[in-house]
Amino acid sequence: MIRRALARLEGPFERVFGAASPMHHLGGLAFFLFWIVAASGIYLYIFFETSPDGAFRSVEYLTREQWYAGGVMRSLHRYASDGLMLTMTLHLLRELALGRFKGFRAFSWVTGVPLIWLVFFSGINGYWLVWDRLAQYVAIATSEWLDWLGVFGEPIARNFLHAGTLSERFFTLLVFLHLGVPLFLLAFTYVHVARISRPKTSPPAPLILGTIAALLALALVYPATSQGPAQLNTVAANVALDWFFLQLYPLLDTLGHGPVWAVAGGVTLLLVTLPWLGRRVREPVAVVDPANCNGCGRCFADCPFGAVVMQPHPDRPGHELAVVDPDLCGACGICAGACPSSTPFRSVAELVTGIDMPQRPVHQLRAELEHALDGLTGEAKVVVFGCDRAADVHPLRGPGVATVSLMCAAQLPPSFVDYALREGRADGVLVTGCRTSDCWFRFGADWVEQRFAHAREPHLRTRAARERVRVAWAGVTDLATLRTELERYRADLRRLAPAAPHTESKPRRIAHG
Amino acid sequence: MAKLLRYAGQVAFYGLFIGFIGYFSTSPAYQHLPADQALVKLTFSHPGQPKEPCRERSAEELAKLPPNMRIARQCARERSPVAVEFALDGKVVYAATLAPAGLQHDGNSTLYQRLPVAAGPHRISARLKDHVALPDYNYAKQAEVVLAPGQVFVMDFDARHGGFIFK
Ligand code: HEM
Ligand code: SF4
Ligand code: SF4
Repeated sequence: MIRRALARLEGPFERVFGAASPMHHLGGLAFFLFWIVAASGIYLYIFFETSPDGAFRSVEYLTREQWYAGGVMRSLHRYASDGLMLTMTLHLLRELALGRFKGFRAFSWVTGVPLIWLVFFSGINGYWLVWDRLAQYVAIATSEWLDWLGVFGEPIARNFLHAGTLSERFFTLLVFLHLGVPLFLLAFTYVHVARISRPKTSPPAPLILGTIAALLALALVYPATSQGPAQLNTVAANVALDWFFLQLYPLLDTLGHGPVWAVAGGVTLLLVTLPWLGRRVREPVAVVDPANCNGCGRCFADCPFGAVVMQPHPDRPGHELAVVDPDLCGACGICAGACPSSTPFRSVAELVTGIDMPQRPVHQLRAELEHALDGLTGEAKVVVFGCDRAADVHPLRGPGVATVSLMCAAQLPPSFVDYALREGRADGVLVTGCRTSDCWFRFGADWVEQRFAHAREPHLRTRAARERVRVAWAGVTDLATLRTELERYRADLRRLAPAAPHTESKPRRIAHG
Repeated sequence: MAKLLRYAGQVAFYGLFIGFIGYFSTSPAYQHLPADQALVKLTFSHPGQPKEPCRERSAEELAKLPPNMRIARQCARERSPVAVEFALDGKVVYAATLAPAGLQHDGNSTLYQRLPVAAGPHRISARLKDHVALPDYNYAKQAEVVLAPGQVFVMDFDARHGGFIFK
C-alpha cells in the first residue's frame, strides 16, 4: 500500500530524471550537500573574526563588499545546510515508509539517528556565529532550553545579560564546536554506511551538476544576509527564522522547555527502538553448502549488504569458502544467482548449489521453470522472470507467456536463461524487477544488466541470438507499462525465426575448482 | 521533444527545490515577544552564607590534629539557601528560596527567570536574604523605571557591588 503510494508520488521524478531521480539518491545527495557546506565553510572561516564585534563585522564584509565570492559562499553554506536537512529528512521518511529499518537494516537505521542530532547541532551552532539579531535570539533561547536541564552549574543564559559579559573566548569555543561537530558528523556518516557494501555516497553526475547550478542561482538571486547586529539590551522580538533548523524554537515559547525536551527525547527514543518494536518476521537467510562451494567469491562480490565473507576452506587447503553472517543477510537470493554451481544443466539428482535460500532453493526454481515451460504453447513463447518486490508478473500469464517470480531479479542464475531457451522450449526470456536506481536489494537490477552484458560473472552464455533475452524494469505501479513492453517484445519475436535448438541441450557437469 | 520536456521538467523541479529552501530559510518571520512588551530578567548567582557559623577549635582539639592541619577556625562547607522576592507595581511576581548547587550544597544559589511585562512606567523592588535563619531580608532595592517596548531590563545581584543591580 505505502509502497504503491510512494511509487506514485515518485513517478514524476522518474519520468523527468530517469535513473538519476533525486528520490532514489537522497542519502547520496545529503552527502554531496555536506561537501558543499564543508567547502564553503572553509572559505568563510578564512575571513571570520572570532570576537563578538568582529564576527558580525566580518560576515557583513563577506556579504556586502565581497558579495561575488564571500557572499555566494555564505549563501551556499546556508542553503546547502538547509538542503542537507531537507534531503536527510526525506531520506529518513522514505526508509520509514518503505519499512526499511528492521533486521539487517537496523544498523543503518540506528546509526542514522545520531546524525539527526549532529546535523541540528551544527546548523543551530552556525547561526550563533553571525552574532546578529537572529544569533542573539537563538543563543539565548538555546541557553534557556539547556539550562532547564539544570546540569550546568551556572545558567548559560547569564552569559547574554549584557554585551560586556561576552568574551572572545566564548566565540573561540563556538568556532571550535562549529568545526569539530561537523567533522564528527562526517566521520559518523561513514559509520552509518559501514555495513552495506558500495554505499551510494555520491549522487549521479547530472544530479550533482543540477544541484550546484540550482544552489548557485538561489545564492545570486536571494543572497543570505544578517539581521542587524546583536544588541543584548533589547529583545530580538521579531526574527526571520530558518525553519529547517529552528522549527522547534517557537514551541519553546508555546509548550515550554520541559515539553520540548520530552518531544526531542521521545522522538529520538522512538526512532532508536523502532527496529525492535512490533512483529518480528525473520526470514531464513542464505546458507552455504561447503561441498558445492569452490571459493570463487562471486557471492562475496555481489552481496549488497556485505553479509558474505570468504574464509579458508576447512577441508580443502588452498581453497576458500563462503561464510554468511546471518545478522547482515537481507535474504535477497542474489548470492544464489551469482554462484556458478547454480546451473540447472547439472545432472545431479537434486540440484544443490554453493549458496542458497532455504525458502526458495535453486532446485525449486528449476522445478518451477520446468513447470512453466511445459505450459507454454503457440508462437512467441516467453518466460518472464520477475521479482516479488517489483511489479507482480503473474497477471501477465497466458498460453504463450509463463511467469516465475523470484526474491530478487538477480537471484536468477544466467544459466537459467539458456535453460529456458534450449531446444526452443521458449522463444524469448524477459527479465524484470525494480528499476535500476530503486532496487529493493540495492544492486539486483545492476547485476542482472552486467551479467547479461558479460561485464560481471556469471555471464549469460546463451548462443541463441541476443534478441531472445530482454530486460524491462518495472516498479510496483508499472504493470501496465510492463504489459506493453511484453507485447512489443513478443511482436519482435514473431518476426524472428523460431528459436533453433542450441548446443547446450544436453545436461552437463560443472567442473569445480 | 520528449527530451526537451524532460529538461523543462528538471528545471521545474530544481526551481521548486530552491524555492522551497529559499522561502523557508527566512520565512515566515517569528514574533516571540509582542511589540508592546518589555522583558525583565530576574537573575543572579550568589553563594548563601555558610549554614553553620564557623567556630574556634579548642587547644585540646588542635593538639589532636596533625601539625599541618592545625587551623583554628573550623567552617562547615554547606551553605544556606538564598531567599528572594521580586515585586512589580507593589505585587510580588516572583518569590523563592533557592537551594545551593553542588552535591555538598556548597555552590552558588542561582536564578534565571524571564518576565515579559507591558512597556511603560513601573515601580519595581527586589529583596534578598542569603541566610534563611535571618529574621529579615538583608538586601533590598527599589526603583521607578520606564520600560521601552522591546527593552531588556536585568535585575541582577552582586554582593561585591553592594547588592542588587538594575540595568
Ligand atoms: C547526514 C545524514 C545522512 C546521510 C548523509 C545518509 C546517507 C546514507 C547513504 C549514502 C546511504 C546508502 C544508500 C545506498 O547506497 O543505498 C544510507 C542508507 C541508509 N540510511 Fe542514511 N543518511 C543520513 C541520515 C539517515 C537517517 C537520519 C536515517 C534514519 C534514522 C537513515 C537511515 C538509513 C537507512 C535505513 C539506510 C539503509 C538503506 C538500505 O539498506 O537500503 N539515514 N544513508
Ligand atoms: S541472500 Fe542477499 S544478503 Fe544474504 S548473503 Fe545472499 S546476497 Fe547477501
Ligand atoms: S558463489 Fe558459490 S562457489 Fe562461489 S564462493 Fe559463493 S558459494 Fe562458493
